[in-house]
Formats: sequence, structure tokens, C-alpha cells
Amino acid sequence: MAYEFDFGSVLASWPMLLQGAWTTLVLTFWATLAGFTVGTLCAVARTSGPRWLRLVVGGYVEVVRNTPLLIQAYFLIFGLASIGARLPIMLGVVIAMVVNIGSYTTEVMRAGIESIKRGQIEAAGCLGLSKAQIFLHVVLRPAMERVYPSLVSLYVLLMLGSSVLSAVGVEELFGVSNRVQSLTYRNFEVFIVLGAIYLALTLLLRGSFWVLGQLIFPRRRKLGTAL
Amino acid sequence: MQPLYLLSLLNGMFGTITLSLLTILCGGVAGFVIALARISPLRTVAMAAIAYIQIFQGIPLLVQMGLAYFGPLLLGFDSVPPLAAATLAMSVFASAYLGQIWYGCLISVAKPQWEAAECLGLSRWQRMRRVILPQAVRIATPATVGFLVIIVKNTSVSSMVVGYHELTYNAKVINNATFEPFLYFGLAGLLYFLICYPLSVQSRRLERKFNVGNR
Repeated sequence: MAYEFDFGSVLASWPMLLQGAWTTLVLTFWATLAGFTVGTLCAVARTSGPRWLRLVVGGYVEVVRNTPLLIQAYFLIFGLASIGARLPIMLGVVIAMVVNIGSYTTEVMRAGIESIKRGQIEAAGCLGLSKAQIFLHVVLRPAMERVYPSLVSLYVLLMLGSSVLSAVGVEELFGVSNRVQSLTYRNFEVFIVLGAIYLALTLLLRGSFWVLGQLIFPRRRKLGTAL
Repeated sequence: MQPLYLLSLLNGMFGTITLSLLTILCGGVAGFVIALARISPLRTVAMAAIAYIQIFQGIPLLVQMGLAYFGPLLLGFDSVPPLAAATLAMSVFASAYLGQIWYGCLISVAKPQWEAAECLGLSRWQRMRRVILPQAVRIATPATVGFLVIIVKNTSVSSMVVGYHELTYNAKVINNATFEPFLYFGLAGLLYFLICYPLSVQSRRLERKFNVGNR
């Protein structure tokens, strides 16, 4: 076999790859932030909302969790374009990602909220905490602390999954790599480099979430135990 | 809406199901090997399994598709059929996740079961086959059925790099001709839903059924 690897010409396009990696991170950041908010609201609606709202949220979760992200993105982005709503591509992609990740977050957060013992809430009520205080300090935060590892895995998978959105024309890391391939004709090397960058992004994301977890859950930091 | 388009979507669905079944088969076998390697007493083997899982869970499926498509060309193959490349990439992807899931199930079989089997003088393989696996399979079934949903959904990217024609690809081609995205992507989504939803329901039902002890 006489194949000579040539990473040089691929790595020469590092500014493009860097730009792409940055776009991937930006997309992931906004989708995570908005997706977590949407998912938490839906989880609250699903655990303590009125019956019709629970059904609506349940339907949303089931539909999104049982169809691929790519179909959702095509449906939303091309669909909205066909009725005349031409969004900027970045916005459209973030909306598709939020719709997608929101449903997974809902299920994870719901599991967390349901794991809070009834007695805790009653005790907080007896101590004179207001409804809002109970929800924020006794239900939401411990729930989030409990499911934090699952949430982190979800958002790392979201970052990896965002690569398929190059199909709708957003220039994130995978989209950029198509251009690098046509510039260099070094397909295999491009994919090796791409894999390495994605691995680095995965580690970066996991590291950042670890630091974030240390910051927002001081109890865990001080005691060093799981909840 | 023309019947021709509907037929094309169903044809794509056939491609999706074919690839999913192949992935379950090959990825399942590979995933089982990974899970066994992960609990191997040989440190090097266990470390290799950990590295495999970390690497392939840390890069997107699309990149694995690219490696599976262009890799064999370097080894001297003239061309790789799209289905073969897609199956290879999907199997590697699935085996990394299934290996991790099944590893968790194997070690969650109570420790005394392992020790008792050893005390009875069973060989490693006998212990695995007669004591550990029957219990681990019970624990593993709900999560495994749940993972099938992920496999089916992830086949949707296999037209992007390797050019395998499945449901999403056919829907996109039809949409390019008709420009009725809500209709055709909606239908494609519905077809995915028809495959995945029963699996999700089954996974949840099994979980409730097997989790009697923890209720």
C-alpha cells in the first residue's frame, strides 16, 4: 500500500476549521441555554400543569424524541421558508436545535423533579417558605443537581449532533470541512483532523460543564458527595 | 400529492429499516465484544475498550461515516458500496454506546453472584453464560430497546457523506422537486415516528416490568 498521508495541506486551512469550530460552539451555547429553559418550563408544566397542558407537552416530547434531528431541521427551516418566513440561517438552526434538545431536557428534568420527596416540600411549607421559594430552592435546584450528569451528556451529544445541520447550509465545523475537502482532495485526512477537533471540543465541553457544576452546586463542592 | 412520491418515501423507509437491522446485528456483536473487553482482567484489553468507547462517543457519527467511506479506499478497495460504508460507520457508533450500556449491566449483576459462581468451580465462560448473562440480559433489555430508537433516527444522516439512499434522502429529493416541505418532511417524520414510537413505548414498559424490586 503506497498511500502517503498529507496532513499539511489540511492543517493549512486551520483558520477555516477554527472558524467552524467556533460556530459549532456558539450554536451549542445558545441551543443549550434556550433548550434548558424550554425543557425546564416543559418539565414543570408536565409535572404540575393542568391536564391539557400536560398532554400538549407530552405530545411534543414524544414527537420530537421519535423523529431524527435532520428531519426536524428540514421541516422547520425549509417549512418556514416555504411560507415566507426567511430566518437568518443561524437563527433557524438554533431554533431547530432548541426544539430538539428541549424535549430531551424535559424528560431528564421531569425525572429530577419527580425524585424530590413529597416530605421535603411539606417541610419547606411548614418552615414558612413561599411557593416560589419552595420551587426554586427545594425542588428545582436539587432536581437539577441530581440529573446534572445526564444533562451534560445531552448537551455534549447536542454539540456532536449539530454536525448534521451542515445539511441546511450552516457553516459550522462539519460544513466547513466540506469546503476543505474540495480545496485539498484529502478526504481521509480531513476526517481524521475533524475527528480530533470534535474530540477536543467534547473534552472542552465536559470540562466547562464540570467547572460550571462546581460553581452552581456549592453543596457538592463542599461535601464532595452526590445528592 | 402523487402516489409516486408516497411510494418513494416507503422505498426510503425500506432503506432505513435495512440499514437499522444491519446495524443492530453488526453493532450488537461488536458492542458485546467491547462490553466483555471492558470487564477483562487484562488491563491492556480493558484500557483499549475504554479508549474505543471514549473516542467513538466523542466524535460525531458523520465523521465516522467519512472515515468508513474513505478509509477502505486507502486499503486498496476501488470503491465502497454506500450501504457497506454506512453499516460500518453505524456499527462502530452503535458498538461504542452498546458496549458502554452493556458494561454497566454486567457490573450491576450483584457481586456475590460472581463470587458464588467462582466458588462453585465454574470456568470463566461457564460463569458468564450460566450465571451472569441471564441476569444481565434482564437488566439490559429496556435500555437496549431504547437505543434501537437512536439507531433508527441516526440512519437519517447516512446520505450526507456516503450517499446511502434512505427515508430522509428521498424526502429531500421529493422536496427539491415539489417544494412542499411541511407535507413531505412531515410525512417522513411520521414514518420515523411509526417505527420509533412503538420501540419507545416497549422500552418504557419493559423498564416498569423489570424494575418491580425498586418500586
